[in-house]
Amino acid sequence: MSGGATAYVAHDPRRAHGMERSIAHAGPASKRIVTGYGFWIFLLSDMVMFSCFFASYAVLRGQTAGGPSGAQLFDLKNVAVETGCLLLSSFTCGLASIAADVRNKALFQLAMAITCVLGLAFLSIEGREFAGLVARGAGPSRSAFLSAFFTLVGCHGVHVSAGILWLLTMMAQVFAKGFRADIQRRFLCFALFWHALDIIWVAVFSVVYLLGSAA
Amino acid sequence: MSDQHYELHGQAEVAPGDEAEVSIGQRLLGYVTGLGLAILLTATSFFVAGTDLVWQPSIPVAIIVLAIAQMGVHLVFFLHITTGADNTNNVLALAFGLLIVLLVIGGSLWIMANLNHNMMPMDQLMQMQR
Repeated sequence: MSGGATAYVAHDPRRAHGMERSIAHAGPASKRIVTGYGFWIFLLSDMVMFSCFFASYAVLRGQTAGGPSGAQLFDLKNVAVETGCLLLSSFTCGLASIAADVRNKALFQLAMAITCVLGLAFLSIEGREFAGLVARGAGPSRSAFLSAFFTLVGCHGVHVSAGILWLLTMMAQVFAKGFRADIQRRFLCFALFWHALDIIWVAVFSVVYLLGSAA
Repeated sequence: MSDQHYELHGQAEVAPGDEAEVSIGQRLLGYVTGLGLAILLTATSFFVAGTDLVWQPSIPVAIIVLAIAQMGVHLVFFLHITTGADNTNNVLALAFGLLIVLLVIGGSLWIMANLNHNMMPMDQLMQMQR
């Protein structure tokens, strides 16, 4: 990062006019940038992992082994409510980012609490859906299609669960330690994680549920 | 980012998720815009999936295009991965991630469809094993 930052500053067009190249060495990037960038790389690797699950789902979509297909199993109303929960939670997470930056503890805790409730609502709806499928004999062992379905959607659900644990940790840390620089960096990473989960959910509801019930 | 800020910090980057210097009102407006666009795109997707009003074979394409558009909205308005000069590193990392994702998904579908196409029909295969 530090080398890249220096080289980058030298090439910045804004430097070409007005200012001379007085700052030849901008120095290493701030810790916040390094941490955020590292976590962004992790998130991208997580998306690469999800792409493998998406690829296996796409390949195995039609292999129902005589069992039920997606069109017979999926309830789009459920999915719409789940999507609404995650979208709103992404928004409230953004509100929490603003609250963290202006160091408003009450607003931060409120926004995080709403985010947590929406995340839990999402998880409970998904859990009920999974339990219903297993009860109808459409569990992950029924067909290759259902194995791929449970792996992909379940993996996203596991990420959301981990995100909620992290969210509660962040609430406790801000409560106990306030908006210290290191806590702010952790919260930056959490916000990135939570928004990235929403992006993956967009792919899940489009590819799995909407395409699954359209075809 | 104002020039003054730029000079003071001597930094040409922002962390992913961070925005260049803007007021609280503008940031809030960004999140509201993002939420509005996301809801609009989601609602369109769900509507298209369940309607008889559009030409049926176009539905899967429409759903995928809407999904990609919505991911873009999330990236810009929630993750603040923009095309700004201070965001180049983040965008390049994203581009590389995207390349791998497309290779994995496209490659898997292509190879598996090809194998499927070249495989002997199951009844003939069973006879050969007898």
